[in-house]
Amino acid sequence: MMNGAQAVLESLKKEGVDVVFGYPGGAVLTLYDAVYKMKFPHVLTRHEQGAVHAADGYARATGKVGVVFATSGPGATNLITGIATACTDSVPLVCITGQVANPYIGKDSFQEADIFGITTPITKHNYLVKDAKELPRVLKEAFFIARTGRPGPVVIDVAKDVFDTKFDYHYPDSVQLRGYSGEYTGREEEIDAVAEAVKKAERPLLFVGGGIISSGTADLVREIASLLGAPVTSTLLGLGVVPADAKGFLGFAGMHGSYASNMAIQECDLLLCIGMRFSDRVTGKVAGFAPKATIVHFELDEAEVNKNVAADYRVLGDLRWSLPIFRDKLKAADKDFAAAHEEWLQHVIRMSQEHPFSYQEEGDLIKPGALIKKISELSDENTIAVTDVGQHQMWAAQFFDVYKPRHFLTSGGQGTMGYGLPAAMGAKIGKPDSSVILFTGDGSIMMNCQEFATIADNDIDVKVVIVHNCILGMVGQWQRLFYNHHYSQSELKGKTDFVKLAEAMGIKGYRLTKKEELESVLPAILAEKGPALLDVWIPEEEDVLPMVPGGKRLDQMVLGGSKK
Amino acid sequence: MMKKYLLAVLVDNKPGVLTHVSGLISRRAFNIESISAGYTEEPEVTRINIVVSVESENELDQVVTQLSKLIDVIKIVNLSKVESIERELVMIKVKAGRENRADIINIVEIFRAKIVDVGPEDVVVELTGSQSKIDGIIEVLSEYEILEIARTGAIALSRGPVPVKRM
Repeated sequence: MMNGAQAVLESLKKEGVDVVFGYPGGAVLTLYDAVYKMKFPHVLTRHEQGAVHAADGYARATGKVGVVFATSGPGATNLITGIATACTDSVPLVCITGQVANPYIGKDSFQEADIFGITTPITKHNYLVKDAKELPRVLKEAFFIARTGRPGPVVIDVAKDVFDTKFDYHYPDSVQLRGYSGEYTGREEEIDAVAEAVKKAERPLLFVGGGIISSGTADLVREIASLLGAPVTSTLLGLGVVPADAKGFLGFAGMHGSYASNMAIQECDLLLCIGMRFSDRVTGKVAGFAPKATIVHFELDEAEVNKNVAADYRVLGDLRWSLPIFRDKLKAADKDFAAAHEEWLQHVIRMSQEHPFSYQEEGDLIKPGALIKKISELSDENTIAVTDVGQHQMWAAQFFDVYKPRHFLTSGGQGTMGYGLPAAMGAKIGKPDSSVILFTGDGSIMMNCQEFATIADNDIDVKVVIVHNCILGMVGQWQRLFYNHHYSQSELKGKTDFVKLAEAMGIKGYRLTKKEELESVLPAILAEKGPALLDVWIPEEEDVLPMVPGGKRLDQMVLGGSKK
Repeated sequence: MMKKYLLAVLVDNKPGVLTHVSGLISRRAFNIESISAGYTEEPEVTRINIVVSVESENELDQVVTQLSKLIDVIKIVNLSKVESIERELVMIKVKAGRENRADIINIVEIFRAKIVDVGPEDVVVELTGSQSKIDGIIEVLSEYEILEIARTGAIALSRGPVPVKRM
C-alpha cells in the first residue's frame, strides 16, 4: 500500500526520470511531501513557466521525457505557454498538475481551473485522474504517448485527494490503447516509387527537419546526402542534422534563411523533405514554393502530408523504418548519383559562397553577426546553443555553427519569448558535460529573468548573452520596413542594468560595448566556470537579412549583409 | 462548393473523449453540421457520428487524419464513401388549433411521420428519415406556426454484414 503521491514518484522512477522541474502549492502539498521523503531530484524554478520551459530544454537536449509538477489553478495555467511551445515543436513532456479535491471540482473552488479542458488543444493527450487506482495506468500511458510516435506533451491533472489515497500499487508492464500503437511502419512500395523518382532527378535537394532529430536518424540522413551527392538545407529545428561544415550544407531555409537554401529550393527538380512540416516561415508563398520540383515527403504524421504543401510522393512512417530501406535502395541502384549531381552541387555551393550570411562592420560597434560568429568560434562541437525569440534568434541560427543534433534549442513553431533562459537551464541539467550558451535579447530575457535565481541557487553553468539593442528588434524591423518606422511600443529605454540584475540575483555580469572586446574580454568570460551574464550592446537599427517578406516567394528575398 | 460527409468515429468510452473531439474540431476550424454520440454493441466503445462540411477532398483528409491522431479515436470510416443508410430523427412542435389540425395530420401522413403528442393548441410531430426528407416536412409545416424543432443529427450504418470496426 502507498498513497497516490508516492505512486506518482514510484512510477517516475520506473520510467527512468532523473529530475523533475516544478513549483509547489496547495493542491500538490502531498506530492511535495513525497518528494521530500523520497529525496526525489527536483529543481525549484521561480515561476511555473520556467519549470515547463526547463523541462522542454532538458527534453530537447537529452531526448528524454521532461517532467513538470505544478499546483492547481494559476500554477497549472502558468504552464500553458510552455505546453503549447512543446506541442508545436513535438517535444516530449509529462506535466503533472494538482487539481482541487474531488468534492470541490466544478464548484469554482479556490485555485480551481479546468486544466483538462484548457490543455486539450495544446497537448498530444491529457488526463484528469479522480481515482488513485487509475494513476499507474495513466502514468504508464502518459510516458508512452509522450515519447513514441511524434513526441509531444501529456498533461495529467490529479485531484488533490488522489495524492492522499492509499491503494495497492502495481505498475503495468505495457499499455493497452486501442487507438494508438506508437508504431508507424509504412508501405515499402512508397519508398520504391521515391527511389525511382530519385534516379530520374538531376537537381535533388534534401530538406531536413526536426523529425530527424527526434527520431535519432541524423546519421542516416548524412549517409543519404553523401550517397546522392545532393546539397542539404534545413528548417530552423533541423539545424544540427547535418554538421555546419558538411559539403553542400546551405544553412537553414525560409524567411531569414540563406540565399543558397532558398534559391536551391526554387531551382531543384526533386525536393526530398524529411521529418518537417512546411511551416509558413519556411515555405514563403505556398503557390510559388519549389515550382520546378517533384516534392517527396518522408513523414510520420499522416496529417502533415498535404496539409500545407502538396507532396507528389509520400513515404508515411517512422524515419527509423523508412530511411534505412531508402538508403539501401539507393545503394543498390546502378547509378553513380554523386557524379551525376556534381555539377548541380557545385552550382549550389557557388551560390552559398557568393551569398553567405554576412554583416557590415560599423566602426567599433559590435555587430550581432560578429558577436555570434566569434562565440561560435570559441565554442567546441559539444556546445549546446539555446535561443530566445526575435532578431537574436535568427542571427544565432545564421551565425552559430551547429554540428550535432540536439545542440541548437529554439522555440520554432510558437516563437515563445521567454523560452531561452529556463530552457538553457534545463539543457545544462540534462547535459552537465556540455557547455550551454544562451542567446537572448533585452526583450526576451525579461520574460523569464526570475530564473537567474534558480541558476544561481543551483550553480547551473549557463552563459547568457543578451544581444542588447534597446528595442524589440524583430517587431522594430517590421515596423521599420512595413509600418513607416512607427516604433509603436517596441522601444525599450535601456535603463535596465542587466549587469546589476545578474549581480542582484547572484551571478556574475559583464558588459561589452566595443568590437575589440570580442577579442580582448569575451574569450576569458566564456572560459570561466559558473554562470555568467554578458550584456552586449549592438546598434539599434540592425535588420535580419536576407528576408522573405510575408506573402512573397522564397526567391523574392531582400538581400544585403545586415545593414544596407 | 461545400460538400457534406458523414463520418463514423469509434472512440474509447472514457471520460473526456468528447472534449478531445470537440477541442480538435475547434482548434482546426472544421465545419461541423451535426454531431451525435452513443453507446455501441461494445460497452467500452462509443460511436460519434459527425457530419462535416468541407470544400475539398484535401480538407476532408485533414479532418480524418487529424481526428485519427487523437489517442482515444479507434477508427474512422467515411460512410458517405461506401454504400450506407443515413437517418436523422426530428421532433417538430407545431401550433395546431381546430381549424388547421386536419391539414397538419394530412401532411404528417403524406410524409409518413407520426404525431406523438397532442395538446389543445399544439401537436408534436416525429419523423425519421434522410436529411432532405426532414428539410421537406419542415418547409411544408412552416406554413403553420412551428413552435420548436429538435433534431438528432444524422447517423448512418453501412450496407452489408461488415461493421465499421472491421472496415
